[in-house]
Amino acid sequence: MSQDIKIKKGLDIKLKGKAEKVTETSVSSNVYTLKPEDFHSIIPKLSVKVGAKLKAGEAVFFNKANEDMKFPSPVSGELVDIIRGEKRKILELKIEADSTQEFVDFGVKNPKEMNGEEIKAHLLASGCWPFIKQRPYDVVADAANSPKAIFVSAYASAPLAANYNYVLDGKDKELQAAVTALSKLTSGDVHVSVGKKGKSPLEGLDNCTIHKVSGPHPVGNVGTQIAKINPINKGEIVWTVTPQDLVIIGELLLTGKFNAERTIALAGASVKDPKYYTTKIGANMASIVEGKIKDGNQRIISGNVLTGKAQDLKGALGFYDNVVTVIPEGDDYEFFGWTMPVFKKISTTRALTFSWLSPKKKYNLNTNTNGEHRAFVVTGQYEEVFPLDIFPMQILKACMYKDLDEMEALGMYEVAPEDFALTEFVCISKQPHQEIIRKGLDLMLKEIG
Amino acid sequence: MGLKQNLHKFKEQNKDKKWLPAFSAIHTFLYTPNETTHSGGHVRGADDLKRTMNMVVLALVPCLIFGMFNTGFQHYAAIGESVDFLSMDAFLVGLTKVLPLVIVSYVVGLGVEFIFAIIKGHEVEEGYLVTGMLVPLIVPVDIPLWMLAVAVIFGVVIGKEVFGGTGMNILNPALTIRAFLFFAYPTWMSGDKVWVHGADPRVQNLVEGATPDAISGETIMGALAQGKEMAYTVSDMFFGFIPGSVGETSTLLILLAGLFLIFTKIGSWRIMLSSVVGALVMGLIFNGVVSAGWITETSKFYSLMSTEFWHHLLIGGFAFGVVFMATDPVTASQTTKGKWIYGFLIGFISIMIRVFNPAYPEGVMLAILLMNVFAPTIDHYVVQGNVKRRLKRLKAKTA
Repeated sequence: MSQDIKIKKGLDIKLKGKAEKVTETSVSSNVYTLKPEDFHSIIPKLSVKVGAKLKAGEAVFFNKANEDMKFPSPVSGELVDIIRGEKRKILELKIEADSTQEFVDFGVKNPKEMNGEEIKAHLLASGCWPFIKQRPYDVVADAANSPKAIFVSAYASAPLAANYNYVLDGKDKELQAAVTALSKLTSGDVHVSVGKKGKSPLEGLDNCTIHKVSGPHPVGNVGTQIAKINPINKGEIVWTVTPQDLVIIGELLLTGKFNAERTIALAGASVKDPKYYTTKIGANMASIVEGKIKDGNQRIISGNVLTGKAQDLKGALGFYDNVVTVIPEGDDYEFFGWTMPVFKKISTTRALTFSWLSPKKKYNLNTNTNGEHRAFVVTGQYEEVFPLDIFPMQILKACMYKDLDEMEALGMYEVAPEDFALTEFVCISKQPHQEIIRKGLDLMLKEIG
Repeated sequence: MGLKQNLHKFKEQNKDKKWLPAFSAIHTFLYTPNETTHSGGHVRGADDLKRTMNMVVLALVPCLIFGMFNTGFQHYAAIGESVDFLSMDAFLVGLTKVLPLVIVSYVVGLGVEFIFAIIKGHEVEEGYLVTGMLVPLIVPVDIPLWMLAVAVIFGVVIGKEVFGGTGMNILNPALTIRAFLFFAYPTWMSGDKVWVHGADPRVQNLVEGATPDAISGETIMGALAQGKEMAYTVSDMFFGFIPGSVGETSTLLILLAGLFLIFTKIGSWRIMLSSVVGALVMGLIFNGVVSAGWITETSKFYSLMSTEFWHHLLIGGFAFGVVFMATDPVTASQTTKGKWIYGFLIGFISIMIRVFNPAYPEGVMLAILLMNVFAPTIDHYVVQGNVKRRLKRLKAKTA
């Protein structure tokens, strides 16, 4: 049964610097970085010491709460440095890559012949488990649970996102193997969403339900798709995996190797020649962007402009990211910025802002907040860009005053911070919506679990 | 170094000073700050609260200017001299009377805001930009300035700051100010002498040669409440050549302002539309009561009840209240469905108070304040609908 999804509420933020469909191999990075922060709520315990030699796929650290959950080195090399923060919290693990790559051999597997427990054990042992995230709470999935369904969104609607149809082209076998494996992990379906337009390499997959989606962002957010297909109720769990991570899981099953390679888009108005590059998880940011971005004060983001994390040249490609966006910093004053007519920025109102005149125009937005933080004042604005059946302002306020009962009643189990990226974008009061939701989810995770 | 760099340097040097919010208020008025995103999304939309509030102020400017002309025009009409509506004579009288109201309103109100911002150590909020403009437009022109100042202090402190400032208040601050005046100084806020400059004998020295007693300056509302005939034509009422509070008289300009606010997506069209519908429904009910013969000319309600239902939209402060006050997002219902209910009840109750309570013929103020109080209740039930739907989904699953 195919169920198509079409939404009307939302907003496509059209930015300059879309990646051209050409792929190059990026300069190979010397140092790869793993950031435990990419795996929200996980407390890392190191499996190796500085100076240890690692093969690609070998565990660098594991989850303190669940020692079976291992986090792999993306390359073979030497663990050269551990950067710690306050209270000796591990911030970054630096691995210097060998010139010839060696892989741990996890053995070729046929997912069709394996049962759920075997697949779980295999993914946990090989370090592929962290690719599976769960809702509620938007954290790495707990392997002890059985989800009611697994969702894969292969339609990226976020601004300047990598085009899945392009980057996954020719990966049919890996995708099929991974989807077959996932289908053993749930009592329900694996739901795969593809764009209505264009030919997706995931369209022909077996062992899953294909959904065609259309409409503005956030239709590509897996949270929107879950809400339309099979919303999460209290006590239920769903898992989500991104398609680029399916490829890594698939390759593991087919070849026995953990291959952290992925095709990423380097995009944004500050990129000289936006296109696609092949690189690896954790690759040094300098190896991806150096020499390819314009001069001046730029912000480098691992991920898209709505949900990515800011990086400097010493930073790295995030564990889940398949796009690097570079946009100009906006740390400048604007004369009478609050009253002058605005032509070069995006607005959902028409308050002397004119982006409504040219809906197809592409913009070069910078990181300026365009105003100061205020209490919530304007109402009805979030609902226009928020397709879920949830009251966005009410749930944000419930998170702010930490009323767990109200958060639960209003639908907190169904949301992730990324679902509030657009309401944050349009927010006149410049409230940090994603941070508020993240803190709310953390509180629930701690109190309710 | 230019102004921009100097101001930036000054801000950096005085980062830890207590009075910095006062400087920031002026600084951010000149320049949108150099603040960049550091959590969540890396880009933000173009609108901020200053821009939003500024749109409402812009929408009010025509009403203000018209109010100045009308103040003079009504004044001359009352003392028996005839001047053109758009004459310099009329405008000058209006300017000298209305401008002080605007200045007092802003200076006192913003003064309170600055003091609270410094005490509480947060930025000066923009809410008063609109309130400060609304206040001079909803008071009688001859109100003594000290009264206005007292009312503004009361309205801003009790109506807003004690709740935590802009965005936290329960009652519309401008209406709180007006309600304070209305109940604290009723003789200056109602009756038939206060609405036209110079008509009130307490305001002497301003009307030379005129005998105050001979001047009639009552509003249509006041006249109707006393069972008198309507003295103005429909077109006078629509264009606003009638006595009343400074900015409320021209339904045409208010209508245009309302359309502007709807177009810019700043004002809620749902609230405006449903308020009008609510008022028309109530007006029709009263007209029906009259035509059914349940009420006769001897009744004190007769003349207001028999006012044609759609005339209610044109007279008194109804249009102004609906467009500028009912739509205040902080004190209105926040949910879409709630806005329909909230607006409808404002219209409905406005006309009810207007007709049944001749002592307060200006029903819209009380209706909006009443609904301000009930808005959270309306929202609560709308939100509970969503919550119940979610629980039902869960039940359907587990059953």
